[in-house]
Amino acid sequence: MEYEPVIGMEVHVELQTESKMFCGCKVDFGGEPNTRCCPVCLGLPGSLPVVNRRAVALMAKAALALNCVVAPQCIFHRKNYYYPDLPKNYQISQYDYPLGVNGFVEITVNGKTKKIAIRRVHMEEDTGKLLHVEGGRSLIDYNRSGVPLMEIVTLNPPPPGLDQIESAEEAREYLQRLRQILVYLDVSDCKMEEGSMRCEPNISIRPKGQVEFGTKTEIKNLNSFRAVYLGVDYEIRRQERVLREGEQVVQETRRWDDVRGVTSSMRSKEFEQEYRYFPDPDLVPIQFSDEFLDKLRAELPELPGQIIRRFVDEYGVSKEDAEILADTRELATFFDACARGSRDPKAVANWIQGEFLRLVNATGTAIADAKVTPEGLRELLDMVDVGTINRNTAKNVFDEMFRTGRTAADIVKIKGLEQVSDSGTIESVIDKVIAGNPNEVERFRAGEERLMGWFVGQVMRETKGKANPGIVNKMLAEKLKG
Amino acid sequence: MVLGWWTIASQYHGWWRLNVTEDICGLTVHELSDLIAKREIKAEEVARCFAERVQSVDDRVKAFVTVTIDLAIEQAKAVDEAIARGEEVGPLAGIPGAIKDNISTRGVRTTCSSKILHNYQPVYDATVIERLKGAGFAIIGKTNLDEFAMGSSTENSGFFTTHNPWNLSTVPGGSSGGSAAAVAADECAFALGSDTGGSIRQPAAFCGVVGIKPTYGRVSRYGLVAFASSLDQIGPLTKDVTDCAIVLNAISGKDPRDSTSLDVECPDFTKALVEDVKGLKIGVPREFFGEGTDSDVEKAVIDAIELLASLGAEWKETSMPIADYGLPVYYIIAPAECSSNLARYDGVRYGLRSGSSTDTVSMFRKTREEGFGAEVKQRIMIGTYALSAGYYDAYYLKAQKVRTLLRRDFERAFEEFDVLISPTSPTVAFGIGEKADDPFAMKLADVCTIPVNLAGIPGISVPCGFKNGLPIGLQIMGRGLDEETLIRVAYTFERNTEWHKRKPEL
Repeated sequence: MEYEPVIGMEVHVELQTESKMFCGCKVDFGGEPNTRCCPVCLGLPGSLPVVNRRAVALMAKAALALNCVVAPQCIFHRKNYYYPDLPKNYQISQYDYPLGVNGFVEITVNGKTKKIAIRRVHMEEDTGKLLHVEGGRSLIDYNRSGVPLMEIVTLNPPPPGLDQIESAEEAREYLQRLRQILVYLDVSDCKMEEGSMRCEPNISIRPKGQVEFGTKTEIKNLNSFRAVYLGVDYEIRRQERVLREGEQVVQETRRWDDVRGVTSSMRSKEFEQEYRYFPDPDLVPIQFSDEFLDKLRAELPELPGQIIRRFVDEYGVSKEDAEILADTRELATFFDACARGSRDPKAVANWIQGEFLRLVNATGTAIADAKVTPEGLRELLDMVDVGTINRNTAKNVFDEMFRTGRTAADIVKIKGLEQVSDSGTIESVIDKVIAGNPNEVERFRAGEERLMGWFVGQVMRETKGKANPGIVNKMLAEKLKG
Repeated sequence: MVLGWWTIASQYHGWWRLNVTEDICGLTVHELSDLIAKREIKAEEVARCFAERVQSVDDRVKAFVTVTIDLAIEQAKAVDEAIARGEEVGPLAGIPGAIKDNISTRGVRTTCSSKILHNYQPVYDATVIERLKGAGFAIIGKTNLDEFAMGSSTENSGFFTTHNPWNLSTVPGGSSGGSAAAVAADECAFALGSDTGGSIRQPAAFCGVVGIKPTYGRVSRYGLVAFASSLDQIGPLTKDVTDCAIVLNAISGKDPRDSTSLDVECPDFTKALVEDVKGLKIGVPREFFGEGTDSDVEKAVIDAIELLASLGAEWKETSMPIADYGLPVYYIIAPAECSSNLARYDGVRYGLRSGSSTDTVSMFRKTREEGFGAEVKQRIMIGTYALSAGYYDAYYLKAQKVRTLLRRDFERAFEEFDVLISPTSPTVAFGIGEKADDPFAMKLADVCTIPVNLAGIPGISVPCGFKNGLPIGLQIMGRGLDEETLIRVAYTFERNTEWHKRKPEL
């Protein structure tokens, strides 16, 4: 029997706000334990939460970017459960009136594009962090307590026109596209390693063609995109093995072990946990006016999907190139500024993906901090296009631009690197090379045509690489044939 | 220079001094304030008088969980210095006040009269405390209550029961019994209480003082240890209506730290201290005189209404059928919210932690088992049940719907009437231990006050008579945010009666 997997994704993202969700404490990663908390995020008796309006606006914006319908009114509920990292023993979250519903994220895997359905986007507060130390003791750091969290949950089965995640590749791709959008929006830095993006996928498999879902398991402790891929893939295979052996999949939470590359049972989840949700009487419902939502929509930056389409249409680059160029907002902005008004946008695309990213990655430079400006790069490439310098020279000039921040024109002028296209000058060099290497000329004429490259090299060396390679090639070919 | 009587009296000691202490402590806020402003007495001397008073009577009344005389004297000295510098001071400067022990006071133990918080010392002041401190009040101490404000007699206090100054074998009412008793026994000039289902008004009635529950949202709840968040409201307990207006002025107003506090202009409530009820329309809802209403209480209330009528008001009997459901609705909503609000007392961060626990879950369980009293546990269990999946719609949601209907009942009534009047409680103070075994009879003590909390409207209780030497309270209810009318009616009543001038003998 053939099985097909269905994967649901529950993703939590920590917001990059100045202050926490319900108090004025600073949001920051790390720091001395319990230095960023106050009566509110410690849940001290009598303290009351006050909604961080900036956080709400940011999440509403994210919900719009995820194609969700943002509810005109949303309500905070209390999710009641006991845990030492939860100072009030309830979490302020959302229940039946979430911020946004019915959205989607577009993904492309193996050339196939899918719109992954999103059930809901809601707001909540983060918990503190438990630290187990020797002697069976536990310490708690409440710095993270009350940090704004956004929860994004997929919808299975998807409504007509939308899709669900059906492989580990798609799961990873979904997460990466989601991350890309949220990073574009400055909602979050989405660092899985630091926990500002957390993902708990649930996986079930069913015989191909069956409508009902199989029993699902949930995976925790996935701290990288790679782990998400490996964990989901492992779990699909494990469930297949279980079913093929005639056993039943147990509904449970499983923990991913990154070192051993396996999942193992954490706790069974046979019954729904009782959270006793009820509207938080300390908070008033949030109302969004049409004007407010319109304003948020207007503030939405151009998102990766739109940018890719525009790069293809406007600059004639391939979809694959556009996807790389739109990977981050910084890179897309750089390319956009460089390609706009360029004589050859495709050359710009190639150069950025090649030379530029090579140097950025090799030196660990942030794009925003690069000394080369988009205008500077455009100037350089235009010099190649009009023949002022050749491509090889351009690479050396670019290295120097990247290192020093000087302009291409400056470097070319000071070093005298202008390309030599004057046929008289080139002809005299070629004559000199032919005259000085009679053996090679002999061998070439005897049919050893691959010596052509060697002759070009000699000419280039004589001209310090400045000769126009087109003219050199053409003229050499004529002269060598005799 | 005119020598005030205090200046002369203070030259003497012995029996003089004793009488002076009693005389000073018996004064109202506005009387004390006048003396201090006229420099006839120093705030520090006032504080010392109250210190003596507390010392001499509180072993019998037991109003205080924590006494903070040193702080009061310190705050009073600061006021004296300000006055000496020629600064203008407000009406609460140097005035000794007592604070219910469920209001957060920085550096001063705040126990909620619960073993689970017996050692809890807050790191912050409630907004009302900040405002009172800004007004220069002197904190005398923290007063006893039913544990976490759950009860009507202070018998549910995790520490001890407060005694009614009028008859020490009776309860002071509750849950703000300590505050009411402290005011009645002249152990403070005024007190703050909190009212979730009548916890200011009912003890005010039992102890013969004035108590107002403001409109929900009028006073910030920030720093009030939550019992039922959608019902809790802080308010003053005072010796007369004027003081009530003065204290209310100090504590009211929008607080950015409390999302449920109302962003509305706060009037000067002392401007409502006007003797005028001409043309006032009074509704008397018959449901508030139900079974179990003491006939003497009923008579005193009717007499009070007749008195107001003789001063130009009109009154009419009316009906508010939904009010009968107040008690059951309250006993779903309040426990539901309390079950969640009290979840944080788990021994992890502050307060009691059971020493016998071996792991996290047993620490939670044993701490709560040892720390909470029976009434609190019962309400947590009821509330947990009411919020559980499968029961939520039948209990909590249904209760909220009835609450909406009740609110409409009041709205309709206020289309016709300016105020509604009823007894504050169906009886006078009952004996300590008398109803301890009958929780339902105990809960009936709040039957007239609970609907007011559910509707979010203001209600005031003023003394309107006595039965067997125990005070009777008159409840006046008004439209949301219309405390001014309540104050005007209560003030008019007070100006035409002598009930508030009686003092218990201690």
